[in-house]
Amino acid sequence: MKKIDITRIQEFSPEEHPIGGHIQDAGNSELYKTGSWKTFMPEIDFSKCIQCLYCFIYCPDSSILVEEGKVVGVDYDHCKGCGICAAECPKDAIEMKEAIEEE
Amino acid sequence: MLEIRWHGRGGQGVVTAAKFLTDIALFQNKYFQAFPEYGPERMGAPIQAFTRIDDNPINIRTGIRRPDVVAVLDATLIGTVDFLNGLKENGTILINTPEPPEAIRRVLNIENKPYKVFTVNATHIALETIGRPIPNTPMIGALVKALNLAPIEVVLEFLEKSFSKKFSEEIVRGNVDAAKRAYEEVQEG
Amino acid sequence: MDKQKVLALTGNQAVAHAMKQINPDVVAAYPITPQTTIMEEFSNYVANGLVDTELVRVESEHSAMSAVIGSAAAGARSMTATSAQGLALMWEELYIASGLRLPIVLVNVNRALSAPINIHCDHSDAMGARDSGWIMIFNENAQEAYDATIMAFKIAENERVFLPVMINFDGFTISHSIDAVSILDDDVVKNFVGDYKAPYNMLETPTTVGAFDSLGGFYYEFKKVQEDALRNSLPVIQEVYDRFAEISGRHYRHLETEFIEDAEIVFVIMGSLTGSVREIVHEARRKGIKAGLLKVRTYRPFPEKEVVEILKNSKAIVVFDRANSPGASYAPLCSDITNALYKERFIKPVVNVIYGLGGRDLELEEIEEALKIGIDASNGKEYPEKIWISIKGKEVD
Repeated sequence: MKKIDITRIQEFSPEEHPIGGHIQDAGNSELYKTGSWKTFMPEIDFSKCIQCLYCFIYCPDSSILVEEGKVVGVDYDHCKGCGICAAECPKDAIEMKEAIEEE
Repeated sequence: MLEIRWHGRGGQGVVTAAKFLTDIALFQNKYFQAFPEYGPERMGAPIQAFTRIDDNPINIRTGIRRPDVVAVLDATLIGTVDFLNGLKENGTILINTPEPPEAIRRVLNIENKPYKVFTVNATHIALETIGRPIPNTPMIGALVKALNLAPIEVVLEFLEKSFSKKFSEEIVRGNVDAAKRAYEEVQEG
Repeated sequence: MDKQKVLALTGNQAVAHAMKQINPDVVAAYPITPQTTIMEEFSNYVANGLVDTELVRVESEHSAMSAVIGSAAAGARSMTATSAQGLALMWEELYIASGLRLPIVLVNVNRALSAPINIHCDHSDAMGARDSGWIMIFNENAQEAYDATIMAFKIAENERVFLPVMINFDGFTISHSIDAVSILDDDVVKNFVGDYKAPYNMLETPTTVGAFDSLGGFYYEFKKVQEDALRNSLPVIQEVYDRFAEISGRHYRHLETEFIEDAEIVFVIMGSLTGSVREIVHEARRKGIKAGLLKVRTYRPFPEKEVVEILKNSKAIVVFDRANSPGASYAPLCSDITNALYKERFIKPVVNVIYGLGGRDLELEEIEEALKIGIDASNGKEYPEKIWISIKGKEVD
């Protein structure tokens, strides 16, 4: 079964599709950037953060970045700005700010 | 081509009888077909089944409309089912009844027709040999005699082989005896 | 060619025997007349340890097809069987099976669709699934049904195909009738069918099956690939027929013909009643009438080029359909025939005979009547375009 460049699937000619559309590249959802969907973006105030990891547990898009057991930031490429992390944070350490195109 | 149409009631083993003849045909390297007319298969409802045997491959798959032989497993069908319908001019009729062939000719109003009529008291034979009123195996014995289908020893051997797969030794023996007795007792007239 | 033993079997027993010899990895099925006795027999094989199959007794045909889609996607050789309403209940999954290009084999014992409720044969069930992208093979007798079942996986699993295959044969007329069937040796079948290694295996490599096309970005291309695959399967099917001839001595073709070289009136039919039509064609030839027969075995993909080659010199064509397409010009088989002819610019009289719906017998006299109509049509006389040949209680128009 051929490996495919999943990011190009929208441009594929008929022959480029794998048989039956069976995609064998595991973890390819990461290639699909959903970060641009958001209106509000979470910002973590680390002076208030107690590293309870609630935000990491609740985030539906696995967009809270954790290193060595500690929250270190937000994956803005995939965060859709739902605000669940801010709502669940027991210390109000996460604030939803208006997302501004930064690039 | 030999075309046999079987008439009986659900539960009398009509379909089994129609299919059993194919084993004999297979042994004789002939072509064959056997199939029931499926409908509401209630115990006691009138049903038909068909057997075709030929030296050549059989093409037709419709029900048998112009049979060479009609085999009637239940005399109470007389007057209810028009089993003579389409029977060829010099066709054969075999009926399970205690009456002699002449009486059946009268009842069916075919005294002047060139049909060959055979009768056998298959239910009575079945009760005495198998212990149950299932007339199909004695009817096979009688039909083998009436049509001179095959040596009776061959038929009995097949019957034993085929029934041994499903039934106890006692029942197999009863069926073999039933077919043999009917072969000997069938009357022509 | 190995020696074969001849057994007296019903069509369903013959197919169950083929399934035993194939020994599929997974079978999921739900009972429905007239299919039931296939699974009854196969369940015995499973219970007696004669096969290694995982038999899934599901609660509906919807689940049966879903289950084999799952197992086939996981790389298992998977089979099911059904009839009529059962096939109708599988409808949405049929499209998924072909869309996902899963080499599933479905044995469909043809039966009429309700209403009125009727358990007997016609081809309405299969015709309802006609556009679902499956390979469809129609069989005339128990021997053909047995042989086709053995060939099915070789077609479905071919790397140039990867499509599901539907084996059709007529309910009761074949499924419940005793026929002489030549049975191949178990090892011969085993070697012929061979082992199956799926090109994808979600147990070894994590795989996304049936990914969502959110914005219509690739569905359209996908369907084009699928159609190409189905069309391209035609030569592969013939290759499998040819290879099967080597082990069995029975050589199949997409289309089977008789007396076609100089035939003026050609009968076209598929399924068990081909034999009755064949009988009348032979009789017509004895009388000096130039009749011919075209039996369709491979129905999807439709072998249109071969059909045109066979029919192009005829003067009139009589197409027997055991299903109707209400409100359309012709019933399904007749539409395929006329479309194929029209594409190649052959316009000739075509009579569409509707027969056998709900198990209605097709009498030899009725086929003779169709022959007369065909003769009239071939002589430039008026003829009916569509005729319900067995209608009761009134003059047939």
